[in-house]
Amino acid sequence: MSTATMTAPADKKSHSLALKAGLLLVGIHVFVGLLTLVWLPYDPTAMAGGRLEGPSLLHWLGTDRLGRDLFTQMMIGSRIALIVGIGAVTIGAIIGVTLGLLAAFASKWLDDALAATLDILIAFPTLLIAMLVVAASDTANLWSAIIALGIALSAIVARLTRILAKRVLVMDYITAARTSGSSWPKIVAIHILPNIWPTLSVNFALQFGLAVIAEASLSYLGLGAPPPNASWGRILQEAQGTVYTAPLGAIAPGIALVSLAIGVNLLADGLRDTIDPTRRAR
Amino acid sequence: MTALLSLENLSVHAGGKALVSNLSLSLNRGERLGLIGESGSGKSLTSLAATGLLPTGLSASGSAILAGKQVIGASDRELNKLRGTAVAIVFQEPLTALDPLMRVGKQVAEPLARRAQRDGAPLSGAALDKAVLALLDEVALPDPQRMATSYPHELSGGQRQRIAIAMALACKPDLLIADEPTTALDVTTQAEILGLLDRLVRERNMALLFISHDLPVVANTVERVVVLRQGETVEAGNVAEVFGNPRHDYTKSLLAAARRLDDAMEGRA
Repeated sequence: MSTATMTAPADKKSHSLALKAGLLLVGIHVFVGLLTLVWLPYDPTAMAGGRLEGPSLLHWLGTDRLGRDLFTQMMIGSRIALIVGIGAVTIGAIIGVTLGLLAAFASKWLDDALAATLDILIAFPTLLIAMLVVAASDTANLWSAIIALGIALSAIVARLTRILAKRVLVMDYITAARTSGSSWPKIVAIHILPNIWPTLSVNFALQFGLAVIAEASLSYLGLGAPPPNASWGRILQEAQGTVYTAPLGAIAPGIALVSLAIGVNLLADGLRDTIDPTRRAR
Repeated sequence: MTALLSLENLSVHAGGKALVSNLSLSLNRGERLGLIGESGSGKSLTSLAATGLLPTGLSASGSAILAGKQVIGASDRELNKLRGTAVAIVFQEPLTALDPLMRVGKQVAEPLARRAQRDGAPLSGAALDKAVLALLDEVALPDPQRMATSYPHELSGGQRQRIAIAMALACKPDLLIADEPTTALDVTTQAEILGLLDRLVRERNMALLFISHDLPVVANTVERVVVLRQGETVEAGNVAEVFGNPRHDYTKSLLAAARRLDDAMEGRA
C-alpha cells in the first residue's frame, strides 16, 4: 500500500506540467477555431489591405500577395486543422481498432494475411496512400482528404492494436475471465480495450499531428481543401514565392502546425498519466 | 455417483508431439488430488484441457468429463456454461491473474454477478457490493472496504492471491483447480494461502485439483497424487503410499531432491 500513497513529487509535477502545457496549446487552437465560426477580423477572401504588407496594428501578421489578411487566414487554418485531425483520427481509429482486434482474434491464416497486408500498407508513406485515395475520388475537397488520411492512418492503428491485444490476450486474467464464463465481447469491452487504451491514446495523438501535417502537405500539393479554404498548407504554398519579401507567410503556418502537433502530444501524455492508475501511483 | 471430473486416456498434442499422454484420473466432491511433476511435465496443460481452455495450436484427445459433460470437442458455447459454474482456476502468478487497470472489487464483482445471473437471482448495486465485501472477508483480507477500491499493484503478493481466490470462489465452483497457487509467494504467505484453500475446500465441500512441483506442500494439502513426467503418468495413489514407498525411480529422485534440501536447511540451522 505504501507504494500507492508515496508519490514522487517531481514526477507528478512534470506530468501535470505536460498536461497543462498541452491543454494550453490545444486550447488556444480550439478557441480560435470555434471563434472563426462567429467572428473574423476580416473577410478571408477580401483584399483588406495592400499586397504583402508587413505586420501592423491593423494586420497583425501582415497581408498575403493578394492583400488578404494573414491572421484571418491563420484563424481559419486552425479550424481546418482541428477538423482534419479529429476527423482523420476518428476514421483511422474506428477502422484500425476493428481490424486490429479482428486480426488478434482471427485464425492463424487470416491473422497472417491481415498482418502482411497491414505491413505492406505501412511500407507506403501515409501521404502517398492519401494522395492515391484523393486521386481516386472525383473531387479534391476537405472531406476526401480527411477520409483518405483516415484510411492511411488506420493501417498503423490496426497493427498497433493487433500487437497490443495479442499481448493482453495471453495474460492469466483473460484466461481467468474465460474460466469464470465471460463471453468474448465482454472480455474485449472490460479487459482488452481498457488495457490497450493508454498506449493507443498516445498513438492517436501522434496520428493527429501526422494527419494535420499530412493535410498541409496535401493542400500544398493542391490535393486538400480547395481555395478559398485557408488551410495552413495552402497558406504555406501561396507564401512560397514571396518568402524572402514576406517571410511571415511561411513562418506563421509552420509555428501553428508545430504548436498544435506538440500540444496534442503533450495533452495525450498528460491524460494517460492521469488516467492510468499504475502510472499515477509512481 | 459419477465423478465430478473424470479424465480417461487424455492426451494433449502439439503438432505430432504428445505433451500429455494417456492420463486418467477421477475426482469427486470433497476430494483433493495433487498433480505433481517438474516444469514442462504437462501439469498445467492437463488442467487447461480439462476445462477446454487449451491455447490454439494444441489439441486434446481422449475423454474429459466435467460435471457430466464431455469437454473434448465441445463448442465454446457449451463450455461457457460449465465454466464459471462447475470449475474455477486459481493461477500461479497473482499479478498477471488480475487486470492491472481494474479495481479489485470490480474484478470480484464480475464473476459474482454472472453466477448470480445464471442462478436466476441477479445481483446489482448495493447487494452486489455487499456480496463482494463478504467474499473478501471470507478469504481473510483485512479491511475489505479499502481492499475493494484498490488496484492490484497496490496490494502485496499474498493479498493479490487472496483476491484471485475470491474471484474463483465467486463462481461457486464444484471443482477448484489451483495451478501452483503458492509458487510465487514467500514461505510464510504460502502457509497462509494453503491454510485458506484448505479451509475453503472443506467449508464449501469443493473438489480440489492441486497442481504443484513442491512435494512438502502437496503432501500437506491433498489425499491422492498423480506424478507426471514428460506427460506420462509414472505413479498414482495415496500420498502416504506414494511418498512413503515410491515405486518409480522418478518419484524417488523427486523425493530425494526434496530431502536433500531439507537436510541442507537443517545443516545450516
